[in-house]
Amino acid sequence: MKKFLMTLLLVPVLAFANEEGVKVDKAPVNVQDYASIQRGAQLFSNYCLTCHSANYMRYNRMHDIGLTDDEIKNNLMFAAEKVGETMHVSMRPEEAAKWFGAAPPDLSVISRSRGADWLYTYLRSFYVDPSRPTGWNNTVFKNVGMPFVLYGLQGEQELQVEKKMEHGKEVEEEKLVLTKPGTMTQPEYDRAVADLVNYLVWMGEPSQSERKHLGIYVMAFLAFFFVVAYFLKKEFWKDIH
Amino acid sequence: MSTMQKLLGWVDERFPLTANYKAHLSEYYAPKNFNFWYFFGSLALLVLVIQVLTGIFLTMNYKPDAGMAFAAVEYIMRDVNYGWLIRYMHSTGASMFFVVVYLHMFRGLMYGSYRKPRELIWIFGVLIYLVLMAEAFLGYLLPWGQMSFWGAQVIVNLFAAVPVIGPDLAVWIRGDFVVSDATLNRFFAFHVIAMPLVLIGLIVAHLIALHEVGSNNPDGIEIKKNKDPVTHIPLDGIPFHPYYTVKDILGVVVFLMVFSAIVFFGPEAGGYFLEANNFIPANPLKTPPHIAPLWYFTPFYAILRAVPPIFGSQFPGVAAMGLSIVVLFFLPWLDRSKVKSIRYRGWMYKTWLALFVVSFVTLGYLGLLPPTDTATLIARICSVIYFAFFIAMPWYTKFDKTKPVPERVTG
Repeated sequence: MKKFLMTLLLVPVLAFANEEGVKVDKAPVNVQDYASIQRGAQLFSNYCLTCHSANYMRYNRMHDIGLTDDEIKNNLMFAAEKVGETMHVSMRPEEAAKWFGAAPPDLSVISRSRGADWLYTYLRSFYVDPSRPTGWNNTVFKNVGMPFVLYGLQGEQELQVEKKMEHGKEVEEEKLVLTKPGTMTQPEYDRAVADLVNYLVWMGEPSQSERKHLGIYVMAFLAFFFVVAYFLKKEFWKDIH
Repeated sequence: MSTMQKLLGWVDERFPLTANYKAHLSEYYAPKNFNFWYFFGSLALLVLVIQVLTGIFLTMNYKPDAGMAFAAVEYIMRDVNYGWLIRYMHSTGASMFFVVVYLHMFRGLMYGSYRKPRELIWIFGVLIYLVLMAEAFLGYLLPWGQMSFWGAQVIVNLFAAVPVIGPDLAVWIRGDFVVSDATLNRFFAFHVIAMPLVLIGLIVAHLIALHEVGSNNPDGIEIKKNKDPVTHIPLDGIPFHPYYTVKDILGVVVFLMVFSAIVFFGPEAGGYFLEANNFIPANPLKTPPHIAPLWYFTPFYAILRAVPPIFGSQFPGVAAMGLSIVVLFFLPWLDRSKVKSIRYRGWMYKTWLALFVVSFVTLGYLGLLPPTDTATLIARICSVIYFAFFIAMPWYTKFDKTKPVPERVTG
């Protein structure tokens, strides 16, 4: 019988490659790092929130990452009146679809559908492509409708094809090369994107830290309860042979 | 007499409270040799309670409206006090219900719990399983994500494959030509009231039938054959309460540890309990490249895909999928073995059961993946084994060499 149980347990619990089959970089996410999430929030409201809404996210939820109402109002709120409002944008979806080919998706839970690693890679993979209407393309998201709004920070990248020898075969490798630097160096830009992704991950589930925190207490209680239940069972069953 | 006893006497004259307590708990004699596999019945009941209670609170905050449903779930996750906990308990509970029920059914297969005189317990059980699948499928539409929408679209379209009446049947189920607000409203109604009512009725029937004939055990021996001549209590039986209540509490704690570990530390369970694509709102104009049902349906989904279409009709696959569940009803009459428990069966049944489990699990795995030629071939082999397990059963159980069954239960 143990054999059967083992078979059931051995069902491969594999992570699936993402659908386009693109290799993504690991995002350095840490939702305990409030400073990083705050910097990410700043980037989000400066660069993303013009076109992308986060309709399920209330501004004052940022109390959870250590910000006060005044800090939120003065630094992060440009399109809302009250801190209890959600992160709306004034751009109408029909118009946005006309301008970009597709309406920019709401970003409230984008980290849960795309995953942090995908977002981290995507935001670092834009390159200049004159054949596209916006002048930009992306190696992770082919022919993306979004123009690269962070180019002032990262600068301009170009896609270059490199020929390399690998296992005795000639392989073509696509490589992004920075041709025109922005205001940030490469490590600074990676750090900024990491902050932004950290914010997106936090915003995807603002209660995640509370969840894990509460979970520890629940598990501790159950461990204690297990000991009680174990001895209770043993006591009752001592006469059964 | 104390006031409590007087009150109890007053009630007993009007309602069989003490009689029922005795019949189902303190004087219901269960075999003393229950093992690990006997935890899952009471655990299924626990999960049902979790689902009903969390379901009530979710219903208070959810909006069954195509324009509001997705936002309502995020509202529960963010703005409702402990809404995230209630929602994760419900979503984890759905998957854990199937984990527990599959293990419970496997126990039945191992120890012959479906055999005479327990045929009706088994049939009620299969009906519970069917209703549970319907309940899970209906509930999965409610978050109104991409997988909710397209999963429902695919499954309802299966009904369209039925010859002659199919297309009309599918429209009748949806209430529209595509999955829409009308579909969401009716699925909500079925999910929160119709199916739970049927489910609870069937569970009551399952338990009444069980307590009428008494529980089977890992030896497959009828404990009622050996009774104390004076008290008429089965010699191998012990009162359900307190013995199995305290034992089941232990099972409950261990189960809750697993359950809480998922709820608090990994509610998505790597995408198996909550799919990433379901965090994208339903979009009828954008078909996802790969639509996979949740893990508990994938064995049947793999059978569906394994059967090739005949004359361009998908009906054979749909029929095979339906039959793969219908065949379970006939199990009590397919098994011709002299013994019930796997402990006293020969190599043939053991081999077939092992093959069956391996095929079922493999089908479940293949159902998650996009179809490829190799995957389809393996799915076909596994589907054949799945059905052969049942169809060949009258023969291999009859010719199998069995071991002698002891008079009294062992360890």
